Amino acid sequence: MPADFNWAIGGEAGDGIDSTGKIFAQALSRAGRHVFTSKDFASRIRGGYTAYKVRTAIDPVQSVVDRLDVLIALTQRTIDENLDELHDGSVIIYDGDRSTMADVEIPEGMIGLDVPLKALAEEAGGAIMRNVVALGAACAVADFPIENLDSALKKRFGGKGEAIVENNKKAARAGLEYVNEEFDYEFDYDLETTDNDYVLLNGDQAIGMGAIAAGCRFYAGYPITPATNVMEYLTGRIERYGGHVVQAEDELAAINLALGAARAGARSMTATSGPGIDLMAETFGLVATSETPLVIVDVMRSGPSTGMPTKQEQGDLNMMLYGGHGEIPRFVVAPTSIDECFWKTVEAFNMAEKYQLPVYVAADLAMAVTEQTFPPEAFDMDKVEIDRGKVVDDDSIDEWLDEKGRFQPHAITDDGVSPRAFPGTKQGAHMSTGLEHDELGRRTEDREMRVEQVNKRDRKVETAKSSEDLSPREFGNPDSDSLIISWGSNEGALVEALDFLEEDGVDVRILSVPYMFPRPDLTEDVEAADDVIVVECNATGQFANVVEHDTLTRVKRINKYDGVRFKADELADEIKATLEAEEVSA
Amino acid sequence: MSSDVRFTDFKSDKQPTWCPGCGDFGTMNGIMKALANSGTDPDNTFVVAGIGCSGKIGTYMHSYAIHGVHGRSLPVAAGVKLANPNLTVVAAGGDGDGYSIGAGHFIHAVRRNVDMAYTVMDNRIYGLTKGQASPTSREDFETSTTPEGPQQPPVNPHALALAAGGTFIAQSFATDHKRHAEIVQQAIEHDGFGFVNVFSPCVTFNDVDTYDYFRDNLVDLADTDHDPTDYDAAKEKILDSSKEYEGVIYKDESSVSYEQKFGVDENMSEIPSGAPDDAMDLVREFY
Repeated sequence: MPADFNWAIGGEAGDGIDSTGKIFAQALSRAGRHVFTSKDFASRIRGGYTAYKVRTAIDPVQSVVDRLDVLIALTQRTIDENLDELHDGSVIIYDGDRSTMADVEIPEGMIGLDVPLKALAEEAGGAIMRNVVALGAACAVADFPIENLDSALKKRFGGKGEAIVENNKKAARAGLEYVNEEFDYEFDYDLETTDNDYVLLNGDQAIGMGAIAAGCRFYAGYPITPATNVMEYLTGRIERYGGHVVQAEDELAAINLALGAARAGARSMTATSGPGIDLMAETFGLVATSETPLVIVDVMRSGPSTGMPTKQEQGDLNMMLYGGHGEIPRFVVAPTSIDECFWKTVEAFNMAEKYQLPVYVAADLAMAVTEQTFPPEAFDMDKVEIDRGKVVDDDSIDEWLDEKGRFQPHAITDDGVSPRAFPGTKQGAHMSTGLEHDELGRRTEDREMRVEQVNKRDRKVETAKSSEDLSPREFGNPDSDSLIISWGSNEGALVEALDFLEEDGVDVRILSVPYMFPRPDLTEDVEAADDVIVVECNATGQFANVVEHDTLTRVKRINKYDGVRFKADELADEIKATLEAEEVSA
Repeated sequence: MSSDVRFTDFKSDKQPTWCPGCGDFGTMNGIMKALANSGTDPDNTFVVAGIGCSGKIGTYMHSYAIHGVHGRSLPVAAGVKLANPNLTVVAAGGDGDGYSIGAGHFIHAVRRNVDMAYTVMDNRIYGLTKGQASPTSREDFETSTTPEGPQQPPVNPHALALAAGGTFIAQSFATDHKRHAEIVQQAIEHDGFGFVNVFSPCVTFNDVDTYDYFRDNLVDLADTDHDPTDYDAAKEKILDSSKEYEGVIYKDESSVSYEQKFGVDENMSEIPSGAPDDAMDLVREFY
């Protein structure tokens, strides 16, 4: 029996798939099991195939695999869509009375459990609880103590009153009992529980929580998949700390609102996805040249244009690194896991203020909409440090006044960082502008000052390179001749791929890079390896190009751009195949 | 804030490059007087300027200021005000900045009703790009890009503001110094979005909407029995295209600013040196 258990519920959008899946994930988490969830969903409110998948184990899980053990199928399409993940012995729970499942075909070798979900739900108090009946049935198959479902049901339905919670408990038990009484299979699963406490959250929530921890007090955004959850998380929470969320009329307004708040001294953020980043590119240059600290989150999805809005891709790296006309430094940090979404957001705020520039947080759909369990200590708030950089107050402003007593917000300094005075600071009144400017912030076309200001801004990058720890995260065998380089959410699949590779006697070294700019110098690592593969979810190898540029060495590439994240087992196969392939031509 | 602030304290030592006779001089002087009279000082004032001739105002004034992206002054100004409600915030731009490229933001800024003033220096032309039609140009106004006139009705900014739920809608004339300063001061002191369209003639490229034209045609509402708190009367004035009005056209005395509605009252620049004390509660929510 494998150590992990893979479960899914699928149907049409509007079938309550998401909330049902979330209840099961939460029940597992509360039972002290690790959980990793993923979603197949469409960009529509009703209709269309959608599924919520849960992978669970006693040990941490941080990826999906190509295997489905138990599937609750509300439609025939749910079975069809998952044929490649279902295997001999997979259990499919369905309601043969439902019109969509009347002519169901259970693939050979699999076990179909026809459970009258709707009828049992009606007996328990209402047809609406049919998915909960199915959860109970799944508990029977997986040998998962049904009491663990109760607290998750209470969390989900507690607001609707005790009677509703009780009915749902009853519905779950009806499903459990039906399977135990009507079917005579020996299922091979045994979902043990532990006393561990875990929290279950997704990347968007981790980004939002990181922002509050880091002292973010202002957020402006425009709803867009898959970044909306950041705004939804902050709404209702940031106010407890004196902050505010504005839903702007568009992304142009969102970034300008956030810019205004940052000019007033607030730690300020906006989050969007590719189409929003396109609009924000207009104001990006102003943020950078006015040296305004701002955190811009890009939760990447498949592009270009509207692309595949609910599908995974890491296609915006070039846009973040190079977007906008003219030349100006910006930092790009890229969390590699859900807990890192929290920590990198905290770091982004510190970098933004220390270096007074826009910092992109490059997240992606696969981590944003995925929930994963962590021990609460993974988000130890005592470890959050806030560094506001060179802020002057009424007293310390004196040394930054010119001979006429005027404050110099763009003073030429050795480290490239100038003093910052929040509005309200005495003698600090000053101009900021998108025009090239002098030390006072006033327009200039003076050739020497232009060069000095450009150089000053660029020096901030050198300062950061020498004072920030930009190290990649390392996994696998440090002495291996095969180097795998990754960025973003691929880390989890890669780390789990190590086990599959080990089974086949393949060992690799993994560098998971969380800093896109400034970034670590990988030249020595690349030169020390016989094979280098850059893994990323895009077609053109945007990060591979960067690595080749930095290290002056050709690398191999594994690219995935079908809209679906890497799976650990699939990635292991790809790595083996790529290592065995002919050398790349220089 | 100090009580002995003079309007010249809001003037920077940078000499304006506006054409001699430009309406923007008078517009700016009136804004500075209004700021001084409203009791703020340069260190507690934030001016957000758009792009165009009008956008240069931030450079010629002395205060905290930003000269931003074309058409986007209003969201920036709202962000400043919400992050520090203690500041007096004025957005200033032109008719192209506000009613063309920034028209979308104008509607939503009016709806949002953040406590700030918005002065639009309306010269009915694009001046800095040397004389093309603007959204407030007349239908038959011939320019280099509209040789037969725009052949579109001019934008009626007051009608847009009223339709969007505006709570303070006014118009002034740059060289009518006293009235202009008075009206802008009322916009600043209004609890909500104080909108003033300022006729600010372009002496170089607009030979139709001139000082003489406005002097001859402006009707000061103060000289009439107009009651600015009367919505229907305001609507009638706003939709009357036969006249040009000066003064406060509409004022909703029950206006409640966005900040008050949402209880946004803290200076957000002040934060602790670590995560909030109870931040682990945020983590525990995910149990």
